[in-house]
Amino acid sequence: MMIDCVENRLLTSRRRLLLGGASFAAWAYLPKLARAADGRDPRLIVVILRGALDGLSTVAPIGDPDYAGLHGSIALAADGAHPAIKLDSFFALHPGMPEFARMYRDGHAAVLHAVATPYRDRSHFDGQDVLESGYAGPGRVQSGWLNRALEALPRGERVSSGLAVGPTTPLVLRGNAPTVGWAPVALPQADDDTAMRLVELYRHRDPALASALSQGLQLDKVASGDDMKATRGNAVAQMRQVARGAAKLMAADDGPRIAALAFDGWDTHANEGGPVGRLAFLLGGLDGALAEFESGLGNRWRDTVVVVATEFGRTARINGTDGTDHGTATVALLAGGAVKGGRVISDWPGLKLANLYEGRDLKPTTDLRSVIKGVLQDQFGLSDRVLAETVFPDSAAVKPVKGLVV
Amino acid sequence: MARDSQAALVALNRFGFGARGGASGDLINASSDPRGFVKAELARPNGVLLEAPGLQSTPQLGQAVFAYQDQVKQAREAAKAAAPAETPAQAPADQKPALRRNLSLNAAAEITGQMTDARPAENTARPEAMQPSASPPPAAKPAPQPLNVIQKTFRAEALARLQRATLVECGFTERLVVFWSNHFCISASKGELARIWAGAFEREAIRPHVLGRFADMLKAVEQHPAMLFFLDNQQSLGPDSRAGQNRKRGLNENLAREIMELHTLGVGGGYTQGDVTSLARIITGWTFAGRQGQLGVPGSFVFNVNAHQPGPQVLLGKTYDQAGLAQGEAALADLARHPSTANFIAAKFVRHFVADDPPPALVARLRDVFVKTDGDLKAMAITLVDSDEAWRAPLTKMRSPYDFLVASGRLLARVPEDPGAYLNNLNLLGQPLWSPPGPNGFPDTSAAWAAPEGIKLRLDIAAQIGARLGNNFDPLDLLEFAAADAASTETRRTIERAESRQQALALLLMSPEMQRR
Repeated sequence: MMIDCVENRLLTSRRRLLLGGASFAAWAYLPKLARAADGRDPRLIVVILRGALDGLSTVAPIGDPDYAGLHGSIALAADGAHPAIKLDSFFALHPGMPEFARMYRDGHAAVLHAVATPYRDRSHFDGQDVLESGYAGPGRVQSGWLNRALEALPRGERVSSGLAVGPTTPLVLRGNAPTVGWAPVALPQADDDTAMRLVELYRHRDPALASALSQGLQLDKVASGDDMKATRGNAVAQMRQVARGAAKLMAADDGPRIAALAFDGWDTHANEGGPVGRLAFLLGGLDGALAEFESGLGNRWRDTVVVVATEFGRTARINGTDGTDHGTATVALLAGGAVKGGRVISDWPGLKLANLYEGRDLKPTTDLRSVIKGVLQDQFGLSDRVLAETVFPDSAAVKPVKGLVV
Repeated sequence: MARDSQAALVALNRFGFGARGGASGDLINASSDPRGFVKAELARPNGVLLEAPGLQSTPQLGQAVFAYQDQVKQAREAAKAAAPAETPAQAPADQKPALRRNLSLNAAAEITGQMTDARPAENTARPEAMQPSASPPPAAKPAPQPLNVIQKTFRAEALARLQRATLVECGFTERLVVFWSNHFCISASKGELARIWAGAFEREAIRPHVLGRFADMLKAVEQHPAMLFFLDNQQSLGPDSRAGQNRKRGLNENLAREIMELHTLGVGGGYTQGDVTSLARIITGWTFAGRQGQLGVPGSFVFNVNAHQPGPQVLLGKTYDQAGLAQGEAALADLARHPSTANFIAAKFVRHFVADDPPPALVARLRDVFVKTDGDLKAMAITLVDSDEAWRAPLTKMRSPYDFLVASGRLLARVPEDPGAYLNNLNLLGQPLWSPPGPNGFPDTSAAWAAPEGIKLRLDIAAQIGARLGNNFDPLDLLEFAAADAASTETRRTIERAESRQQALALLLMSPEMQRR
């Protein structure tokens, strides 16, 4: 019965045949449609910014008397040729993010500031491990918190496979719960018959590849509508394009409800730029991606939360090369129709030397896990216990932030 | 007999780039003496170096970039001078920000974009190359721009590397080059200098030491202009140096951190934030001469005493009171022989060649060899090949996209004459040449390369190759070259029963025998 509904809605003939195989755990969980109880059909998109986002340049504490001095030549200001966009009397948004500003004004975007994972060293790769694994420290964990959250959804409530966007699956979505992957490309495709023969061979000789290939085959055509021709070139276009494709998949009635994607390039050690420049360019790409999610998800945007997070922040004081080195606290951004937005939520630690973490970084006052827990709880009804034991192991002391979602 | 073929697969696939087709006899040769087949290349250390007509040194290439940038600037100024002031009514204020925005777009595209090389490749006719043409929209496409010196160089370097990989016998030394090049990676997408230097960096800093000493490779890498540029050290000034006092710039700890975290000790290798800052100070002044050449030959490594933080520094509890360049060289020499480095390198090496979960006993043995021989990388490679574990472990690692494409080219005996198809396909599969997403290089686990979309894309590429070249081969002959009686019954049957030679070739390239190593 489940398979019938999949066939009708999603799959071409090739896929229908493929579903006869035994290795399709991924699709056994295919969607429960709307949540019967309240008619909501929640969606969650996690965007990982790899390289450590400078939170003080993304949402600048222009009301903090020490900010301009510390951030020096790249500090944002409320005046000048490219003024930052005021969010309240204290914080201002980078001018490269007009779409996010609009969502914020409409109450569909929020900022959490002085946020960090529990990781306190400054290695990107360990920092990303902690951010994505959901464990308190780095280690060779092979599953991510988003996957474990997916796994923890009650059987009847399973909202679908997670969607990994890009040629590799980010750690946050790796694990036991089935995931599917998709990446935008423009390449002539292998024909159905060849694909089926190969799946058959893999089923006998290499089950892991069988499952990977079948999943890859299933998602590809759904995402690649006619407007999906790969526009190559700059990173902004790529970020938008990835978001557009993911939104299209997720907008389908039986599409994935949960997706994770990663954007690279935020490691701004040198010539970071202020209102214009390298970081401005990247933030523009992120802003465009958020706008693509909004337009691509259509009616579903109402029930969507996008979480934008990074492994850690950057130094409060610029370094010797007009950039910033690895730091600690930073921002997390929420966007989506389901976000109770229009707010910068922060227990602001201040930027006086004595208030900086180790005398150099914005001090964390909010645990990123509490933010994510709050979103997962409000969107999917996960219990405190599951969140504290399974999704973010050993995190009972980290309480979910309440009321992030409408 | 079956056993010998199995060992030959280990020799060719685990250690090398796979069997070559045609008359090479690789599989038969590897079957008769698998270990000897692998080790034969180690006896020819000069074979690791890569020299091809037209490949230039780092200073020459740096100067070419400077000259190119000057040309672009002059052309722009000439155009500006020639064009009569446009409609004066138009507010000039409109134009200036627009120009600036474009410049920053370009700069950031250099940093984050991966497709820079794909574009010219699409526009180049490649009669016989293994290309699935990456279907660009035909309409409204501007005429192809001639390649600039940076793109030309990148492609020439890529071609030389690909040709070498396709032609070598086993490919073990080339695999070692790829391993070390990824360990000490730079990214061409950092900017024009990084792009033009990417190949030279590997030829100059990696290859000479792949069968030499780790300490020598470390020094060559950290003093190479490409690395200094990639991790920003050329801009780092000691706060108390003369230049630091005069200018408003100062320390950048990027390179120092990655030296310890990624190149030597490994994260958790026992260093602190204080050590990072110390090492950053120690290597201030490590830079390359700029276009004016005040410090030396433009584009060459120089030590700039005016940028160097004066005075002794404490690193990992030891005081370094040498003056100038010697301070950093002493620090690197100690990092190279630190016990954490031996552990980190041994585990990474075994993980790459043997299994995602490296057998601990083998890691320990390699670590001991590394320590005892003071980082003799050839001794470490020999120990690996002599081990039982490396031959007993099942072939479960996924070939990376680069390995997969090279292995396919070898089996089909196609020596590339143009790198475009390879570069495009590497971009598509998430492993753009010399352009990893971060300084930790490309991932090295099966999980990363066996993702659904990645496998699906490989199939599409294999189907394209099959469609182009399938008619030229008997697929069962190719299976004989690739695996002989180590091929599974199912793979053989799948190929026999294919509906066309084209389909058979695609299936062969995608078979577990070709995907796993």
